[in-house]
Amino acid sequence: MCKVLPEKCGCDEGAVMKEFMTGNHAIAHAVKLCRTPLIAAYPITPQTPIYEKLSEWEASGVLKGIMMRTESEHSAMASCIAGSLTGVRTFTATSSQGLALMHEMLHFASGCRVPVVMANVNRILAAPWGFWADQTDSLSQRDTGWIQIYAENGQEALDTVIQAYKIAETVYLPTMVVIEAFFVSHFMETIDLPDQDAVDRFLPPLDLPHRFDMDKPGYLIPVVTQEWYREYKHRAFLAMDSVKEIAVKVDREYREEFGRGYGIIEPFMFDDAEVVLVTAGSITSTARVAIKSLREDGYKVGLLKIRLFRPFPYEAVRGALFGKKKAGVIDRNISIGSGGIFCQELRGALSGMSSNPLIYSYIAGIGGTDVDVEIIRKVAFDVMKRTEPHDEAIWVKEDF
Amino acid sequence: MDLPEEHPNLLRPGHSACAGCGLLITMKLVLQAMGPRTIVVVVPSCEAGSAGVYPNTCFAVPSFHSAFEIAAPTAAGISNALKIQGRTDIQALAFGGDGGTFDIGLSALSGVTKNNDDIIYVCLDNEGYMNTGIQVSSATPSFAWTGTTPAGNPGRKKHIMDIIAAHYNPYSATATIGFPRDLQRKITKAKGIRGTKFIHTLTPCPTGWRMPFDLSPDVSRLAVETNIFPLYEVEDGVRYTINHEPRRLPVEEYLFLQGRFKHLKKEEIQRIQKDADAEWDKLQYKAHRSTVNST
Repeated sequence: MCKVLPEKCGCDEGAVMKEFMTGNHAIAHAVKLCRTPLIAAYPITPQTPIYEKLSEWEASGVLKGIMMRTESEHSAMASCIAGSLTGVRTFTATSSQGLALMHEMLHFASGCRVPVVMANVNRILAAPWGFWADQTDSLSQRDTGWIQIYAENGQEALDTVIQAYKIAETVYLPTMVVIEAFFVSHFMETIDLPDQDAVDRFLPPLDLPHRFDMDKPGYLIPVVTQEWYREYKHRAFLAMDSVKEIAVKVDREYREEFGRGYGIIEPFMFDDAEVVLVTAGSITSTARVAIKSLREDGYKVGLLKIRLFRPFPYEAVRGALFGKKKAGVIDRNISIGSGGIFCQELRGALSGMSSNPLIYSYIAGIGGTDVDVEIIRKVAFDVMKRTEPHDEAIWVKEDF
Repeated sequence: MDLPEEHPNLLRPGHSACAGCGLLITMKLVLQAMGPRTIVVVVPSCEAGSAGVYPNTCFAVPSFHSAFEIAAPTAAGISNALKIQGRTDIQALAFGGDGGTFDIGLSALSGVTKNNDDIIYVCLDNEGYMNTGIQVSSATPSFAWTGTTPAGNPGRKKHIMDIIAAHYNPYSATATIGFPRDLQRKITKAKGIRGTKFIHTLTPCPTGWRMPFDLSPDVSRLAVETNIFPLYEVEDGVRYTINHEPRRLPVEEYLFLQGRFKHLKKEEIQRIQKDADAEWDKLQYKAHRSTVNST
């Protein structure tokens, strides 16, 4: 058992437990706090500790429910979809190859409009083989109709899983909570564990429509006409679009209850910044340190963290970057043939805006390579010295 | 005596299967024996293809058209969710075609059977990818013509019953429409057992087997009487019971009714006969051993 240090948190909602744990275990705790009764999973590094921890709690009876130990991630997602359609809360976790194997079922889940919640621990996709942090696995799934939220650390991952259920169950869309391999999944930090009663208040017992009505039998997911297919997708699109507002609302409610909130984007030392760096995930934490040091050196540099990736928060990003001169996007991912994926999205969001900042794309941290404070400072200086548009991605390697 | 054949028909009119489809008759018999407290999972195949296009369907029980390779884990997900909700009087029934069972869904079915999730899995085996227009599957018998084996299938039919039995699941059985009471008795029996139940049904396909539309029941009976498809049950993967003593007719009587075998040479027919005889001997041995072990 972890060491427990009870103390009072900012809100006056009773004792808050603090425990020292990994990002993976923080996610497992969140799933337990959400009283998720149906979990289906398959092992893959670096996600496996989530599966193991939840299995341990299922075996000891701490977690009331059923752990389905499936023979593949594909079947795990199939079982989550089926369980959700039957009307229970479901969870799975995966990484990399496992997520890629699930691809077919990811489209199926959003098409079935099931609020399945999944944790994905970003790991490189083979070939070649490796286990290291790289966001390309989840970003490759951006068109599957899943809500995607990128968490910076274990605490945010825990809080985001709880928020994810509330968002997913409001709009009936599946939600992926994403952390990076090892930097977050295995890194240990002190985590505030919310009080169970408070989580129960925040996330009342699930009341999903029972899609299998024994008294009024229907045929779910039939073959449909072209027009009906278009209608399904249009409705899912509108539901996804509404997440931009709902995620903000849920995050605000969460902050009121638990004293922590993150926003769908987070500006840092931003308002008077002339040059902005844009990050997502764990690089953000390092970037905070780099930005502070640049400020101490007298540079007007700010940071914009993107937390919600699907739906992409176009309006929020435009609002934040309006009037800024230049921005450099740091991507720990790559769309070969195009560039950094967050950068693509950002450029898409800003096109057509009357006062566009110049956007530069930096590929850094690919394959789990380290992105330290010095590298981020170098990126900032590179942005500062540039005056002309530059479309191509800039690879940040040893010779950068 | 309560006969399932007197229960309400839960396959409503209006399906879009071919005339004389053995698969639809099987589904009707299975659903009649299952009764209304059933949730049906179908996957892309003739079973889903004939179930209707929105807003029409032939199912009179709640049903779900899931993805191709996941009939078993879908039914298992439903079954476990029902257990969590305390609704244990409802049973999850998965229909998989031979492609969805022998080929693309085998790993998923194996996973569920290994976990012994509480489902009834009915494999509707028409011995090929008929929904996509007659292509070879690993359930296609030796030398049979299909669109992708125009010179005859060079492979042998996979022994799915042996594969499932190797999981030591509580109950498996073979059944076919030519013996409807046997089929419905097996479904009724499966309903009373907790865990993964597997029913392998041979479902004659007039379109794909290249035979007249009124022959499905006759061909089904001949499959059993020639020992091409013996009727038996397996309990816990080890106890075998033969349900019908076949007349041991020559395999030609089964083969000659079907256009898919019309090109067969004498030695190929002999080979099919030899394989059927050997399989029957093996089955008899297992059934005999089961009797000896239980006494």
